[in-house]
Amino acid sequence: MSKKDLLGGSLWENYSHKVSSRMDNPVNRGEITEDEAKALGAKLVVADWGAESCGDAVRLFWAIDEKSGQILRAKFKSFGCGTAIASSDMMAELCIGKTVDEAVKITNIDVEAALRDQPDIPAIPPQKMHCSVMAYDVIKQAAAVYKGVDRSTLDEDDIVCECARVRLSTIQDVIRINNLTTVEEITQYTKAGAFCKSCVRPGGHEKKKYYLVDILRDTRANMDREKRESGAPLPFADMTVIQKHKRIEDVLDGKIRAALSRDGGSVEVIDISVEDGAVTVKIRYGGACSGCASADTGTLQFIGEILRTEVDPSIRLERG
Amino acid sequence: MKGDIFDYISFLLSVVKGYSWKVHMERIYLDNNATTIVDPKVKSAMDPFFCDMYGNPNSLHIFGTETHQPMKIAYDRIYAGIGAHDEDDVIITGCATESNNTVIKGVYFDLLRNGPKNHVITTQVEHPCVMNAFRFIESLGVDVTFLPMNKNGIVTAEDIRPHIRPGKTALVSVMWANNETGLIFPMKEIADLCREHDVLFHTDATQAIGKIPVDVSKIPVDFLTFSAHKFHGPKGIGGLYMRKGLKLTPLLHGGEQMGGIRAGTVNVPFIVGMGLAMELATNALPYEETTVRRLRDKLEDALIAIPDVDVIGDRAIRVPNTILASFSGVEGESFIWDLNKDGIAASTGSACASESLEANPTFTAMNIDKELAHTGVRFSLSRFTTEEEIDRTIAVVNKTVARLREISIRY
Repeated sequence: MSKKDLLGGSLWENYSHKVSSRMDNPVNRGEITEDEAKALGAKLVVADWGAESCGDAVRLFWAIDEKSGQILRAKFKSFGCGTAIASSDMMAELCIGKTVDEAVKITNIDVEAALRDQPDIPAIPPQKMHCSVMAYDVIKQAAAVYKGVDRSTLDEDDIVCECARVRLSTIQDVIRINNLTTVEEITQYTKAGAFCKSCVRPGGHEKKKYYLVDILRDTRANMDREKRESGAPLPFADMTVIQKHKRIEDVLDGKIRAALSRDGGSVEVIDISVEDGAVTVKIRYGGACSGCASADTGTLQFIGEILRTEVDPSIRLERG
Repeated sequence: MKGDIFDYISFLLSVVKGYSWKVHMERIYLDNNATTIVDPKVKSAMDPFFCDMYGNPNSLHIFGTETHQPMKIAYDRIYAGIGAHDEDDVIITGCATESNNTVIKGVYFDLLRNGPKNHVITTQVEHPCVMNAFRFIESLGVDVTFLPMNKNGIVTAEDIRPHIRPGKTALVSVMWANNETGLIFPMKEIADLCREHDVLFHTDATQAIGKIPVDVSKIPVDFLTFSAHKFHGPKGIGGLYMRKGLKLTPLLHGGEQMGGIRAGTVNVPFIVGMGLAMELATNALPYEETTVRRLRDKLEDALIAIPDVDVIGDRAIRVPNTILASFSGVEGESFIWDLNKDGIAASTGSACASESLEANPTFTAMNIDKELAHTGVRFSLSRFTTEEEIDRTIAVVNKTVARLREISIRY
């Protein structure tokens, strides 16, 4: 939270000028009739998406050139808030001149970007992103009608967050690769759940097939299970002190003690402490090491680097 | 010096900007259930207490004592306005939200936390401060019954009766009038029911004061809460009426102000303001009942003359200033956007206009057809609303419906 969050603000203050002007005058509103289409030498496609009970519904009309397959004319009718009207208006405009296969590639991100006044300032506040999703969803439906197929064949696999267009596989990968543990982190890494938030957990504005809380829980459960099954070592941070000690001893034995003993020296661990997630290891030298000039410099650095590389990057080394 | 010049220029610009708005288009405020204009008389009455009589009433010296007479007058006005007896307590708070929290959490501390009572009853259409305070004590282990509305959009004593658990129910909380629909709940019969069963009765009267008579000498409530900014007083001051003899563990501990029930330096100017606002509001009740009602009905009749427009709730059990209308095929936020362009202020219960996009709980609780849940627009008048304003609103509404239905799928 911050001063800005506390002051809050009106939804409307965050609409771009382009959004406002298209709300006031959506130039592509209207219908296309069979006769109109015929006169253009085009096929008429009409597609519906959404529902008034959800607060957002749109009907898209395409006149598609019989010969070239290009969308000659696009019009829309809409039940929705101003952002929905503006988004549908822009969406219809973006269709014109494209073939159906090209139009299907238009996403809500394209629609929102086209509504920006400046490239790096969003055209609408986050919770309104889903209005632009409606706009692009109806294109898919129109394409399905045109091709005479079921709409589901055109859907990309398993989109979890419609507003930010994030796929299930992306979220799962990001959780694994970055060892994410909270939904907030998923949102930071992928933007999923940042906008209308209905994909975060059940009970939101819209019912979803997948929810972030479930994906997180299931992915982490899979990760833990795989770790147990493969016998892979626990992460260092999760080890007990004795386990940490053993791990450090293993690395000292494997990588360090041989080098020291060639020069007549040795090293032992006398303490391990953890503070704020950082691990401090205290060592004592034996034999020739204890009087050596390198004991506090080169040798200490050498041991520290090995421990940080092989065991855990947070390890700090101290001479006791 | 340079900074001063820039400040002065931007000040001049803001004056010009404000002035030109007013010159080119008179704004019309029809969102009085959200907040109200402060009556200029109230503002004048408050004025001496900022730079002239600014003392702390608890001080012993003249600066403190000279505030006592104006405070007494203000208190008399507040008590008279709601029909309270001198032996009752009207605690001054910062707002109705604070007053409601004080009641609900106070009852929790005193009666529910350590038992034997463990149950409270309220409705599904209370103001969010009441709903969320009840949800909070529910999370602490209290059984809370959230009653749905009946088909008339209200809750009656007979709806409540079967839910009272003898010896277990500590409190019933039902608002006097609803902020979205304006529907009036049957206070007398509910209060009598609670008396009959020895259950405390709280009512949030925030949306009733200044619109209909509110008289606790006629209706046996135990706790009644209100907020000045809904009846042409300033924002930031509210009241909590407690029937004689009742006590509550305070929300705010501190000094001995307000009998120890609500600590904090007494807000003299705002109490003076609220006192006068209360008197003006109760004196204006006949005007509200006749003229405001007439203007409201004129607007309402014009709305329902438009095809496929409904108004929610029977006029006979509604406060005189409120209309909640549903415009089929037109979404609420886009409706008030258009009104706003013409300088008219109204509000919507449509989920799209809320920060959270959630469906309005009142609509859900009243089982309003889901198709219409996003089409609601609320107009709420006041004694400052004029005939010209209503006439212009009717014209703009017609224009808006025409434009938005042209874009809409069904038209």
